[in-house]
Amino acid sequence: MKFNAKFAAALSALALAASAAAAEQVKVGMITTLSGGGAGLGIDVRDGFLLALKQAGASDVEMIIEDDQRKPDVAVQLSDKMIQSDKVDIMTGIIWSNLAMAVAPGAVKQGKFYLSPNAGPSALAGKGCDKNYFNVAWQNDNLHEAAGAYANSAGYEKSFILAPNYPAGKDALTGYKRFFEGDYAGEVYTKLGQTDYAAEIAQIRASGADSVFFFLPGGMGIAFMKQYAQSGVDIPLIGPAFSFDQGILQAVGDAALGVKNTSQWSKDIDNETNKAFVASFQEEYGRLPSLYASQGFDTANLMLSALKVAQPSDADAFRAALETADFASTRGDFKFGPNHHPIQDIYVREVIKEGDVFTNKIVGVALEDHGDAYAAECKM
Amino acid sequence: MSLILLIEQVLNGLQLGVMLFLMAAGLTLVFGVMGLINLAHGSLYMVGAFACAAVAAATGSFWLGLAASLAAAAGAGALVEITVIRRLYRRDHLDQVLATFALILIFSESVRWLFGSFPLYLDTPPLLAGAVTLPGGIEYPLYRLAIIVAGLVVATGLFLLIGRTRLGVRIRAGESDREMIAALGVDIDRLYTAVFALGAALAGFAGAMVGAIQSVQVGMGEPVLILAFVVIVIGGVGSIKGALIGAILVGVTDTLGRFLLPIAFGAVMEPSAATAIGASLASMLIYILMALVLVFRPTGLFGAGA
Repeated sequence: MKFNAKFAAALSALALAASAAAAEQVKVGMITTLSGGGAGLGIDVRDGFLLALKQAGASDVEMIIEDDQRKPDVAVQLSDKMIQSDKVDIMTGIIWSNLAMAVAPGAVKQGKFYLSPNAGPSALAGKGCDKNYFNVAWQNDNLHEAAGAYANSAGYEKSFILAPNYPAGKDALTGYKRFFEGDYAGEVYTKLGQTDYAAEIAQIRASGADSVFFFLPGGMGIAFMKQYAQSGVDIPLIGPAFSFDQGILQAVGDAALGVKNTSQWSKDIDNETNKAFVASFQEEYGRLPSLYASQGFDTANLMLSALKVAQPSDADAFRAALETADFASTRGDFKFGPNHHPIQDIYVREVIKEGDVFTNKIVGVALEDHGDAYAAECKM
Repeated sequence: MSLILLIEQVLNGLQLGVMLFLMAAGLTLVFGVMGLINLAHGSLYMVGAFACAAVAAATGSFWLGLAASLAAAAGAGALVEITVIRRLYRRDHLDQVLATFALILIFSESVRWLFGSFPLYLDTPPLLAGAVTLPGGIEYPLYRLAIIVAGLVVATGLFLLIGRTRLGVRIRAGESDREMIAALGVDIDRLYTAVFALGAALAGFAGAMVGAIQSVQVGMGEPVLILAFVVIVIGGVGSIKGALIGAILVGVTDTLGRFLLPIAFGAVMEPSAATAIGASLASMLIYILMALVLVFRPTGLFGAGA
């Protein structure tokens, strides 16, 4: 008994010492889009991230959250401020690839860690990779590649493909073409921000395609889907999850029903972490989580898992801890490839209606343990 | 490329043009009569779309939503005129641009605060859903036909209002000499508020009609506003007729350009490059058109002094 009491005292002293070490404050700078047209995505990433911190009771993590307004110059100013005057240790949050290209390379050059919860431009996956840059979402091409793989397995032979005329749009069509083995009935680049697709839909009708692959993020996708549904054209649509995400499905409405889309996450992925995440997110914020919310949540949990092992001040140990990705992801299997980008399953989902709510259901796996096409070019 | 496809594309261009006319008419009225550049015109378009979506969601009726959008946009327009715009008539255009740009930010963030960051749902009324088959075997969405008809009806109404009514006489008179019509006993303040509210209602109407086929979200007005400015520059500032002709010209040019240019380039180069170059050139086409018009008619097609 006496011995036990002594032992307990020693143990608790040890625990105290350990918790004192762990209580070293970590500053996280989150730059994301919280105002304007693209705010829904940034808000979901932020909310998912904060939910994970709250559930972990992470009082040693200090968050600095700023709004980039989707403008690269604003994002650069914010990152300068965070690095120089706030002295953050880790940065995260950016949604758009052009903003990520403006901020992430500079941040890692100054010795900070950057954990991307969304943007995954090819430049940062290949030759421009960095030992302190981690992407927790996907490399930009991934979901489009999966759409191409799905189109093969669905037996499509002639696709009409469509994307906005800007870098991510071209990457999307490149990604689809990398995997799709059939022919093309047409290839169209639209204006970025275009809202009227009558001309393109008329071409699709006349093209003789047996499938349509499109990448039109945000409001562009809503406009396209609604107009497509009204046009009376009934060629099946395929797209990446971005146009079918929880945040915009309600705005598309019936027009999206039955459409197949590819995603690394879905609210019905069957694992304990994901079930708990969906339930707790809904309870906390009163809405269903989106793809972006799951990415924010996973990013925070990855960071917390590494912080248990090491502090960012010990960069090599912290990096090694991040690389092991020893956390329970909402997506189930998740690990990093050699270029710090995910290797994960990408699913095919179908848009369904549950009661009054439009949402997605997994109907298959498009690609298993899928990495990206740029990893070989990465020399860290 | 078949003839049917070409005719369908011309109809698409006409529909886009008619929608642009609704935006440009209000803008050109306000610019022509009051000499005011109103960058916040796109925000009134957004207000119309949000009012329609919110009321349609609450009542289940698109038509009530449409009525609400007219009321909300006209109300917002009148309120803005009385509180802000009225102070700007005598200032130079730079002050007007600054103040109305601030209004865009205020409107956008207020709407976001009220309705949240996620786009709203607004569907076409069941009465106008689906596609119809036109003579010649052209399949065309009924709702787009309805937009063309509604736009042409509004255009006719506007011509009658400006050309045939007492209010129209006053509006035209205010355009040429505001001091004189004030001296003749017309309440110029109230006239201007009415013109501004009318322009706002037209923008709100356009927003509601288009909201059902596009996305109802914060910032939806700005891209349309740029096109509307192109329209009034082409048509001539202050001219309703110019706005109509300019809008249809822009709508048809843009639609046919997007459709035909990649095909044209495809004849001389490999398809992938042709689509990319064709698409880039197509998005410049209406600005090239604007530049050409300005070379030959510096005040626009129907501008004063042309």
